[in-house]
Amino acid sequence: MAQYLLSAHSVDGVVQEPMTQEQVMDVVQKVYALEAEMKSNGTWMFGGRLADADTATVVRVQNGSVMTTDGPFAESKEHLGGFYLINAPDLDAALKWASRVTEIVGAPIEVRALVDEPKS
Amino acid sequence: MNPSPEDVGRIFREEFGRSVAALIRFFGDIDVAEDAVQEAFTAALQKWPVEGLPPNPGGWITTTARKRAIDRLRREKRGRELLAEAAWQSNGSTESEETGPMQDERLRLIFTCCHPALATEAQVALTLRLLCGLTTKEVADAFLVAEVTMAQRLVRAKRKIKVNHIPFRVPERDNLAPRLVPVLAVVYLLYNAGLCEEAIRLARIVDTLMPNEPEVAGLLALLLLTESRRASRIAADGSLVLLAEQNRSRWDRSLIEEGQEIVRRCLRRNTPGPYQLQAAINAVHSDAPTAEQTDWPQIVALYDQLFAVAPTPVVALNRAVAIGEVDGPAAALAQVETLDLDSYHAFHATRADLLWRLGRGGEARTAYRRAAEMAPTEAEREFLARGGRSAR
Repeated sequence: MAQYLLSAHSVDGVVQEPMTQEQVMDVVQKVYALEAEMKSNGTWMFGGRLADADTATVVRVQNGSVMTTDGPFAESKEHLGGFYLINAPDLDAALKWASRVTEIVGAPIEVRALVDEPKS
Repeated sequence: MNPSPEDVGRIFREEFGRSVAALIRFFGDIDVAEDAVQEAFTAALQKWPVEGLPPNPGGWITTTARKRAIDRLRREKRGRELLAEAAWQSNGSTESEETGPMQDERLRLIFTCCHPALATEAQVALTLRLLCGLTTKEVADAFLVAEVTMAQRLVRAKRKIKVNHIPFRVPERDNLAPRLVPVLAVVYLLYNAGLCEEAIRLARIVDTLMPNEPEVAGLLALLLLTESRRASRIAADGSLVLLAEQNRSRWDRSLIEEGQEIVRRCLRRNTPGPYQLQAAINAVHSDAPTAEQTDWPQIVALYDQLFAVAPTPVVALNRAVAIGEVDGPAAALAQVETLDLDSYHAFHATRADLLWRLGRGGEARTAYRRAAEMAPTEAEREFLARGGRSAR
């Protein structure tokens, strides 16, 4: 079994059509149902939705001491918005889950494998 | 008579894909499989010219390669782990392959090589290397890139397959149609890049292993019918000969018959798709004893169908050419002028030809010049620079 990170990315400044209360509820329900399915068959490892990127804080070592600054780390317009960490037998299975996520949330999903842990 | 080293090389290229695919299935690792087949090649080069061909050369290659790989893997720790996994997955497969028939694993391999998670250039490179048995240098030469660039591209593609666990498997039924698209696109791309023999070989393999996929049959028919005209497409001086001016007695009748038979089977099945329709258009051309006897209304009807399933400007351009043969150049030009294909040389060449037929020589010359500037091959460039059909 391999592990994959499915990450949803949002682009700063892209204002989406505001959703109605009903549409929000519909998305939330579908997300819950999908996550329940992931949990029921061992796919789910972890997941979450992140607070906006402009609320991030960065710590780094500078001149031997740890500095804390206002984030985000990367000066990019695209930011990680949320993610799932899943178990899947291969990329095809991971892509199938990713397809279902993108169909619900509308954002593109990047799929990346975790490096296999060397067997001890 | 014992085989020469050249014979051994030829046999290896023919058997390479099947052996590599069998070994990837066994070891679950592309590099191990590739190296093992290479070792078997070295062994065969020493053995076969002296002792003669084994009864089943393909089986000999696979069995020898597998033994060599196992010996080598036993000597390293990571190799022993890989072997343990391989033994567990293959459930002790038989040793009788040297004489008996082998499971053909090439279909799995082509779906791995053409996985949509890989970039097109990586799909093409992997397919040529692993399925067609071309060396990295030969693949590099075919696409006019440096050998080191191609080597890096192959390494990167194989790494992506490995770290992502891209499966070595024919996709499930419900996912087959979208996954077949890049496979057929890669084969067609190889043909158009001049790797005609390899493309036809691959199309035949996929068609044999997937006899119920009409678009696979359609692509094979399209390649066979296009190939039937290859000898007559280029004149003795290397210049391009238009379809209408080709010497039809030089068309390869056996390829035409084979292609047409496949097209007839596709028609009976009646599930048209882009490759089947392009094959059908080519079949109509190859039916006509002279250019004047071409059934153009039939070709227009087929282009209408093709445009319905593949509404691209290039299809619209070819459809306009057919319309020009039925309704005259003015009708065709009216259609061509609506297309947004300014960066496509064939658009300007078609426009030039229609303008010339309408007696608008000045505009035709300008259009021919633009087409010549953009033409991808020397033969086309020269043909267009001389004023294309108007110069005849």
